[in-house]
Amino acid sequence: MIEPIALQSTVGTVRFWAIVLLLGLGVFFTLVSTVGVLRLPDIYARAHTASQTDTLGAGFALAGVAVAFGWQHAAVYTVLLLFFVFITNPTAAHAIARSAAETGVEPVLTEENAAEPEASAERDVPTETDGETQ
Amino acid sequence: MTPTSLENVFLVAAGLFVVLAIAMFYRAVVGPTTQDRLLAVNVLGTNTVVILALLAAGLDQSWFLDVALIYALLNFLMSIAISKFTVERGGVL
Repeated sequence: MIEPIALQSTVGTVRFWAIVLLLGLGVFFTLVSTVGVLRLPDIYARAHTASQTDTLGAGFALAGVAVAFGWQHAAVYTVLLLFFVFITNPTAAHAIARSAAETGVEPVLTEENAAEPEASAERDVPTETDGETQ
Repeated sequence: MTPTSLENVFLVAAGLFVVLAIAMFYRAVVGPTTQDRLLAVNVLGTNTVVILALLAAGLDQSWFLDVALIYALLNFLMSIAISKFTVERGGVL
């Protein structure tokens, strides 16, 4: 028989609003990250914004849970879970982005950024380009 | 504040996380590359861990945290394994 842990029966007003603030920040950052993953152009930009869910969103939400539990075993569990999520998920995002790079997924570049590799290629022969511009 | 309102705060937050996770399914379905889908599933797993922790607080079931911990472990293992598989097919996996 699993005994339900007693959520602190009366939490103070300050603690209540601290919990609401932490959960609200967690939901906000997860919303930003979800919009970014849905709208950004390529896998590298999406991997950057997906890490936001893993660090800020999950971090704030799990911190809110830990504050709600107070001084109990469950709060230690929650902090360990938060620590584990903090360590592993950026590692996973890095592995995904690196596997994308090694399987040859090309990043989507804007006009100015796409012109840059050509400019650097022309820099190998500076005398010709200088002669053309002058 | 009364404990019921605090529990409602946790349940509402869990509901919002569920809505955001469902929105993330779009990228998992239409993502042009394998890595896009893998990234979306990874974010879905993180959202699931957070939802389980919020339900543990909202429903007063502390054993949900055990499930969340195992889910986080398996999620990390899944991401590493599939991203390794996409690079060297027929290697260790």
